[in-house]
Amino acid sequence: MRVALFVTCVNDALYPDTGRAVVTLLERLGVEVDFPAAQTCCGQPQFNTGYRAQAERLARRTADAFAGYDYVVTPSGSCAAMVRDQYPGLGCAGLGDLPDRVYELTEFLVDVLGVTDVGACYPHTVTYHPSCHGLRMLGLGDRPLRLLRAVRGLELVELPGAQECCGFGGTFAVKNPAVSAAMGADKVRNALSSGAEVLCGADNSCLMHLGGTLRRQDAPLRTVHLAEILASTEPEAAAHPQPDAHADPNGAAA
Amino acid sequence: MSGTYLGMPAFPEAAAVSTQNAQLRANLSHATRTIRDKRAAAVAELTDWPELRQSGREIKDHTLRHLDRYLLQLEEAVTAAGGTVHWAADAEEANRIVADLVKATGEREVVKVKSMATQEIGLNEALAAEGITAYETDLAELIVQLADDRPSHILVPAIHRNRTEIRDIFADRMATWGRPAPEDLTDSPAHLAEAARLHLREKFLRAKVAVSGANFMIADTGTLVVVESEGNGRMCLTLPETLISVVGIEKVLPTWNDLEVFLQLLPRSSTAERMNPYTSLWTGTTAGDGPRHFHLVLLDNGRTDTLADEVGRQALRCIRCSACLNVCPVYERAGGHAYGSVYPGPIGAILTPQLRGTASEVDASLPYASTLCGACYDACPVAIDIPEVLVHLRERVAEQGTGHRAERAALRAATWLLDHPAAYTAATRAAVGTRRLHPRRLPLPGPAKAWSDTRDLPAMPEQTFRDWWKKNRGEGKTAR
Ligand code: SF4
Repeated sequence: MRVALFVTCVNDALYPDTGRAVVTLLERLGVEVDFPAAQTCCGQPQFNTGYRAQAERLARRTADAFAGYDYVVTPSGSCAAMVRDQYPGLGCAGLGDLPDRVYELTEFLVDVLGVTDVGACYPHTVTYHPSCHGLRMLGLGDRPLRLLRAVRGLELVELPGAQECCGFGGTFAVKNPAVSAAMGADKVRNALSSGAEVLCGADNSCLMHLGGTLRRQDAPLRTVHLAEILASTEPEAAAHPQPDAHADPNGAAA
Repeated sequence: MSGTYLGMPAFPEAAAVSTQNAQLRANLSHATRTIRDKRAAAVAELTDWPELRQSGREIKDHTLRHLDRYLLQLEEAVTAAGGTVHWAADAEEANRIVADLVKATGEREVVKVKSMATQEIGLNEALAAEGITAYETDLAELIVQLADDRPSHILVPAIHRNRTEIRDIFADRMATWGRPAPEDLTDSPAHLAEAARLHLREKFLRAKVAVSGANFMIADTGTLVVVESEGNGRMCLTLPETLISVVGIEKVLPTWNDLEVFLQLLPRSSTAERMNPYTSLWTGTTAGDGPRHFHLVLLDNGRTDTLADEVGRQALRCIRCSACLNVCPVYERAGGHAYGSVYPGPIGAILTPQLRGTASEVDASLPYASTLCGACYDACPVAIDIPEVLVHLRERVAEQGTGHRAERAALRAATWLLDHPAAYTAATRAAVGTRRLHPRRLPLPGPAKAWSDTRDLPAMPEQTFRDWWKKNRGEGKTAR
């Protein structure tokens, strides 16, 4: 089984800990992971903003970079949805069967590897925000929750209004900052009301938006990518969360 | 287009103002959440909802594909039943036809059934310019009209108003439009409804001309259909001597059998009811019963242009149920007025720029008034892929380039970088290398500043992922 990590541009540049967590996690589960260096961005920002020709260029690059791998795994529901749901509609040549080989991390764990207990330990109260693309385009369903429930020491609490968009929406956050901020504020209020210590998600773009809102408010809640929770094992490290969580937006390290 | 909407600021500015209005946000959030939950329950009752939704979509698509044929069939059937059909290419022509028809009766006032099409063409204002007063008879439209306000929701035009505000509007304004509100008017729903009933009854009994829209038209019988909750529509459709219906050409259905599907889809999606209280159907004129004269004005106003767009045409499937508005997180915060269009919310964001074109600032901003979260698509009873059309229209706006020059340059540059991994690696490495210089908040103006007004920027990591990989795992293997 040849598995490639599609780390995504956001994770590469801003959240490398998430990429490292996926590597740690998959290797712990016996999967040999490769990182094709020719990958960059799936082209979703270009596509969603109306720059189709540019999106096509990056789609071809992405397809080239991942040619020959049986599975391409990504810790981003949004990028997985771009490749799987939008690439076929681009209708440009050279994309091959990449859409059929791309898996969002939780899909790969649950559907391909057939595991829900990944041997993680994370003694914290956690609430989960299902990002729109994972929720509606990929239909991830309860896969992330099943994975979280199997983590030792983790207490999963419900996020009120979980299915509502957090207001990030890529360039939406820049083009419509007032509405985006209002939506983010409501999501953050709900997350705080859940009583969780950690707001977990499977898309760092949403977490960047929510984490930025939380830090601005100096709120006692940190954002952590699901992969980093699933990669955590050392109970002694996890038992002592960083004293200044705000200093590290990536939360617990893998 | 109604003059009221001209000169509206583009969506982001309008929305920035409305998100600051705490009362508006509270009213909207309460109303949309309530109806959202009720609708979900009403839809869940039907085990065959997905099939119904698919049928609705297919019937509409089929009809749109053969629209010319069904419209001619409709014209023939309406004429045979004693009605008169008029074709209007745009708002101006439609308004002129209606005004002339009213003037020919010698009347100076008309009663109106709530209709999006007449709002779209600004009929009330056009009639006023001809010295004809149009009285809205739908409760929410009445509130909006009395307050000299604009509707902010397709189904509940006064959704942005609460009961206390409505009481004040009735008490202050009813007298200038007809029968005044009772002295002791309270804000109890029963009291408010009674005041409206008394006020409107005088209008129903006096009016000789009514203007309506229609939810559906049936081609093979020439029948028009209005679906409503209050019964005011039925009064307007049956009491006056002359009935003028202004209907968008996309509202036609081939046969009665097709109507069955939509009479299930519409009420459950819109008001979360199993069946709406009043369904009125009328076919031409009948001796001794109902209006003596019936005119149907078939309105194009940008619809055939919309039909010509392969991706965008699905917006014409819309049955105006407003389910997409009620689930839309952007609509919930921004309110209907921010869209600067009679069709607000997700459907407005895709329909308005198609009907009006994307030349104006507000129309060019509408396709971006969405996070593409997809909740509207899930809710739509005729499965309009609203996110798909939004992205498609963004392409159109990006191509035309108005107001997006800087963005285009930035995206081109970013794409070039992303398409050249060596340069990209160098750029991200440089960004990471200067991490200590990156502020949490941006002092300079510009789009990124707007982001950082309410959120801290993420801190830069010490090392990009690819550098970590290279250091720890070596060069990536090639699977080929
Ligand atoms: S787009 Fe769909 S959900 Fe929205 S109003 Fe039209 S039919 Fe209803």
